[in-house]
This record gives sequence, C-alpha cells and structure tokens, in this order.
Amino acid sequence: MRHVTAQEVQINDQSQSAASQAGVAEHVHAITGLREQIRPAVVGLVLLTLLTGIAFPLVLAALAVPLFPHQSNGSLITREGQIIGSELIGQKFLNPPYFHSRPSAAGRAGYDATASGGTNLGPANPKLLDGAKGSIDGSTLPFIGVWQLAVGYRRANGLSPNVPVPIDAVTRSGSGLDPHISPANAALQVPRVARERHLREETLQRLVDEYTQGRQLGFLGQPRVNVLALNLALDRLTPAMPPSHGNRF
Amino acid sequence: MRWVEYVAFLAILVALAHPVGTYLARVFEKQPTFLDWLLCPIESVLYRALGVDRNKEMTPLVYLASFVAFGALGAVFLFVLLALQPFLPAGPDSSHLTTPMSGDLAENIAVSFSTTTTWQSYGGESTLRYLVQAVGLTSQNFLGGAAGLAVGIAAIRGFARTRCSTLGNFWVDLIRGLLWVLLPVALVGSLVFVWQGVPLNISPYAVVHTLEEDPQTIAQGPVAVLELIKNLGTNGGGFFNANGAHPYANPTPLTNFLGLLAIAVVPAALPITFGRMVGRPRAGVVLLAVMVALFVIGLVVCDSFEAADPPRLAGLGLAGGNMEGKEVRFGVGSSVLAAVVTSNGATGSYNSMHDSYQPLSVLVLTLNMLLGDVAFGGLGSGLYSLIMMALVGIFIAGLMVGRTPEYLGKTITVAEAKLVALHVLLTPLVVLPLTAWAAVSPAGRAGLVTNDGSRGFTEIVFAFASCMANNGQNMAGLDANSVFYNVTTAVAMVVGRFGPAALALLLAGRLAAQGRKPTTIGSLPCDTVTFGALVFGAVLLQGALCFLPALALGPIAEYLQP
Repeated sequence: MRHVTAQEVQINDQSQSAASQAGVAEHVHAITGLREQIRPAVVGLVLLTLLTGIAFPLVLAALAVPLFPHQSNGSLITREGQIIGSELIGQKFLNPPYFHSRPSAAGRAGYDATASGGTNLGPANPKLLDGAKGSIDGSTLPFIGVWQLAVGYRRANGLSPNVPVPIDAVTRSGSGLDPHISPANAALQVPRVARERHLREETLQRLVDEYTQGRQLGFLGQPRVNVLALNLALDRLTPAMPPSHGNRF
Repeated sequence: MRWVEYVAFLAILVALAHPVGTYLARVFEKQPTFLDWLLCPIESVLYRALGVDRNKEMTPLVYLASFVAFGALGAVFLFVLLALQPFLPAGPDSSHLTTPMSGDLAENIAVSFSTTTTWQSYGGESTLRYLVQAVGLTSQNFLGGAAGLAVGIAAIRGFARTRCSTLGNFWVDLIRGLLWVLLPVALVGSLVFVWQGVPLNISPYAVVHTLEEDPQTIAQGPVAVLELIKNLGTNGGGFFNANGAHPYANPTPLTNFLGLLAIAVVPAALPITFGRMVGRPRAGVVLLAVMVALFVIGLVVCDSFEAADPPRLAGLGLAGGNMEGKEVRFGVGSSVLAAVVTSNGATGSYNSMHDSYQPLSVLVLTLNMLLGDVAFGGLGSGLYSLIMMALVGIFIAGLMVGRTPEYLGKTITVAEAKLVALHVLLTPLVVLPLTAWAAVSPAGRAGLVTNDGSRGFTEIVFAFASCMANNGQNMAGLDANSVFYNVTTAVAMVVGRFGPAALALLLAGRLAAQGRKPTTIGSLPCDTVTFGALVFGAVLLQGALCFLPALALGPIAEYLQP
C-alpha cells in the first residue's frame, strides 16, 4: 500500500503543478496533510463499527423480534409439543405415503440444514447425467445421476416413458434445502399418495391445489407447493404413517 | 411471466432513478432533506468525535489516502476479530464450526469484506460465530459500501467543478452516505425481510424431528442483520453457504425482488446524480441508458439458455428449463434476473448455483464482471467505471475526427488519457496472469474438485474476474479455501478495490482543476443516442479485445464441445 501511495504522490504532484500553471488558486480550506487523517480513520472505524455493527442490529432486533416473533425464530413448526421442522426449510421424504421433496445436495445424505449447497456440477459434467459410485465430496454414498433419478421417479409414480417429468423432480436445488416442488411435480405424485393413503385422487388433488402458492403479488417467482405443509395436512386428513425406512423408489 | 418480472424490475429501477438520484445529489451537496431533523444531530456528534471540520475539503491525494486508510483499518479490525473468534461468546456451538479458521482464510475474509468483494471461500454456517457475522461482517458491509459511494461522489465532483483543487471531504461523504442512505434503507428493508421469514435470533442450531422421524439440525442466527445490507452495499456475502439460494436468507420471491432492487437502485440513480451535479441532466440519462442496454442484452442471452430444456438432458423426457442449482420458488426467471443483476452489480448474492448454468449463460456473467461491472455496478464504482469507458470512446472518436477529445467541457489530454488507459488495462493485467498461474500450477488446479476441462478453466477465470470486480460471487465447484486461492484472490480484491478508485480520484482531481470549455458546434455532444452508442461500443470493444481468448478457452469451448 505504501508503494502505491508513493506512485500516486508523483502523479499528483504533476497534476498540481499543471493546475498551478493554469493559474488555479488553492482552495482556501483544502486539507493537504495526511497525518491529520489518522484520528478520523481510527476513531471513525471504532464509532461507525459501533453504529452499524452493534446499534443497527440491536435496533433492528428491538423492532423485528416483537413484531415478527415466529419468523425471527426460524419459522419453526411444532406438532404435539415437538418441533418437527421449519416452514422454510425442506425435509427429506422417502416413504411412498408422503409427497417427495426434490433431490438434495446439502450434506452427505441431503437436506442437511447445517451444510447448504448445490451440486455445482456443470451441465456437461458426466456425473450430472450418469451419477458416480462415490459422491462428489468423496464420501462413500453413491451420487445418483439425473438419468437414474428420472427412471426412479417414473417407476415410483407409475408413469409411462412418454409422460414428461417436471425437471425440479430430478434436479438438486441451489440450497439443497428447497422446501417446495412445482405443482406439476405434486400432481404426478397424487395417484401414488392417494393409493397409499386410500384417498380419492380428486380429494388429494384438491388438497394440493389448496396448498399451491401462486406467484407472489401475481408476477414474482413461480407457483409452488410447500412439501412439509402439504404432508402435515395429509397427516391431519389420514392417520400419521408409521415410519418405514424404505427405499426412495 | 418471466418477462413480466424482468420488465417490472427495469421499470421500477428506471422510475426510481430520478427521485433517488436527486435525493443523492441533495445529500452530498448538503442541501436540506426530510431526514435532517433526525440525522443532523447524530452527524454533528460524529464530526466532533472524529475531529472533522465539515467545511474543509480534501485534495485528491488526501481523499484517496483517507479511503485507503479506512479500508486497511477495516481489514485489520476484521482479521483481529476472526483471530479472536474461538473466544467469542454466543452460538453456534463449536461442533458445527467444521471449517478451521486458518490464517490465510482469516486474511481472505478480512480483505474480502473490507473491499466490498465479500468473496467467500467458506460456508457461513460451518465457519463463523454469530458475533463475527453480526458485528464484523455487517459493519464492514455498511462501511465498505458507504466508502465506495463516497469515492463515486468525489469522482462526479471532478466533472462538476472548475478551477478547484479539492474533491470534498471523505469523512463527511462517508458519514452522510451512511446516515442518509444506507442505514435508513437497511432498517426498513431488513424489517420487511424478517416479516417475509428471514430469521433474527442468536439461538443454538435447532434440532427437529422430521415427519419421517429423522433428526434434522437447522442452522439459525441473526440472518436478517446481514441480508439486506449485503445487497444495498453491493457486497453480497451471505450468512449461509448457499447465499441467496438459502430459504432463510431469501425466503420468498418478494425478498428476492427487493434484494435485487436494493443492489441496483443507488448505482442506477448515480448517473442521474451525475447529470444533476454537472448541470447536464441529459448526459446522465444517456449513461443510464447505456447501463440499461448492456443489462438487457445479458438478460436476454442468459434467459434464453436457462429457460431452454438442457440439451444434455434431452432424451430423458424432462420439462421446465435448467433447474439444476435453482430453487422452485424462483424458477428460471427470478434466478436469471438475480444472476444478471448480481454479476453486473458487483454483488455476490446469487440465488442459484452459477456453476450449473449453461456455458453461454456463464459467458454473460463472466463478461459482466470482466467489463468492470458497469451496468449499474457497485456503489460508486459502477458510475466511474462507466465514465472511464465513455472517455475511451471519446478518445477514439477524437482520434477519428482529429479533434482534442473533451467531455462536458473538460479536455482529455495525454495525462488524463494515460489514467483512463491504465484503468482499462488494470483488469486484464491482474485477471489474466493470475488465471494462467492457477491453470498451470498444481496448487491452482487442486481447487478443481468438482468440474474439469473447460468448465474448470471457467471457474478459475470467474473467480479472479469476480474478485477483481469486487463482485464476490463464485462458481462454487472451485474449492478456493486453500493458501493459493486465499492469497491470490485477495491480491485481485485489493487491486480491484483501490486501483480503479485511485485512478478515478486522480482523474477527477485533474478535471476539477481545469476550467470548462464552452460548448461549440465542434464539441462532441454527450447527450445523444449516438454518444450512447459510442460508449456502449467502447465497453464491448475493450471487453472483446482483452478477454476473448480467455473466454474462448472457457465457456465458448464448453459450448462447442460435442
């Protein structure tokens, strides 16, 4: 930094001499001393850090936490006295009687909400399509490619090969914690869930429609279904499913 | 519907440019505003404590030295805070902090956040304590942003003033930018963010039992403190690893839209401030039009590649565009808008994983940063970088018609042209050698843990372009938390922050010292469509000349590969 400054002194000297040749009067109050700036730099950093790094968060918290206590605390949901998740954070669903979330790259097993992230695989990376034996972060779990995910999704939901699969069902989100699926993805899962829960498909599709959020303000983002909210509603409709650690497909 | 959101974004941005630009001019020309009753007393107290005489102005050198010293002290403060992290109280529990705070990582974070780059070679939820994020990173988001804005205003004064040796007082500009612009907007915006679901707590990470009775640990924290100012200050470093893709950081399409507006609103208003302060409003409008044109081209290209079904997944019977690395609530539209705004806006707060974008979409994002983030751009830096490009165009036009080039009555002599040329050369001089070094050295190639070949090369170009432009977004497949990348990216960040600012201030000093030549029939009119086209052409021309070879090895090669 010293070096840069020294160069600039030279350039600046030239500019000042050029200016004085042009007959420029020095500004009456001009500050030319560098040493005078040490105090404002040091005191300024301390005071402005206190203002923006301590006073600002405290004022914000004093306003926001009483106004929005639920959101401040992470939009956590309780059922029968137990915290079962957050409205905003996706969960892994593998059992057939539940609607399934998207595949996830957060953490080794997916939906690890202490390790958000995507696959970061380029579109031409063969792993994206074909998968790999070890996962991309070197652990022993296999990485399932989009090709295999599409086959699995069709098999799980009894789809013929010519039914297009909504791409969100077979790709991993950026956060790995995506709480939503597309309405098209939910609709394709309706027959499976209806069969597992002994519900009529029309009843279930109505529930999906009820839990479909439209574009915000009519034009922002995409229509979407919150999977956890939908599955909670499903459990209210029919008795909660006993956990069976079955395969995703 | 994507296009409705794109058009709405641009319409709101352009509609806000005039009132915001006028307000900024009033703030920095110390004219009365509606917030004076509240802020003037705080302002006076701060000046007294700092020992600043608000009526004294600085020569360009002193202004620059104050800017550099303030940034350097900020970096030292952050480094010390990071070194003390193990001793800080409050969460999260140490067991969650799995990334060790090495010396080189602390150095990289300190440089990164004090230069508004906020490049992150770490994941927030696995590396940092709440106090570091809330106090250290948040304060530098404010202070770095306000310091950049101050330099932008000082650069404008170079064109606005005649026969004057000073460019304003850095401390006055810094404090007025903080009090009148950043703090009030951040307070209101952050409240909206909490309302929409961004958490604000210091609780331990929540352990929940999911519907399928698996335990899930959910990272918490004072997220809302950081998430709005990271955009408004054109910083972009997020609370969590996934940054704006994380549903806590960016829970709804509305927070996404407002966050993107926060990035661009002040930079898009600064050309209007410029026009007003130099007394030529139409000259400012032309610069804003150039920004919009550059923005729209990138948006159209990026949208067309991301909205199409991925060619390499054809045959699987998929529908819905490229959703790898994108969130359902944003879809292709809000993701592409964020990618183009953040890559142009010197802000790294991406909401989708750019490493999974199609090759020519990545080309757009990389080029936006290599061109110096001039379409809106960083706080302050976007405007003076575009003016530098305008001067290149004027210089070329002057050579073609054989006249002394001038802009707004200021003559561009050899000395000014040298500063402009140095500004143009700075990015290629830093980005290209560092990229080459990383691509041939084992330490550099060791970062390519996810992708290789041309995509891997693109990741490296992207990293250095991002750091040089003080942007901070990354193609996260590159593992940059190594001594090699923590040091080399920091070099790019420092040069990218202080190099262009120094050149802009020195140029402004020379121009302020000049008189103003009267407009004659021979002057190049600077408020016409032709002039806009000239500036637009100069931006793209220098981009193509400097960076085509590097881009050909990266995204273009990937696009063409069978």
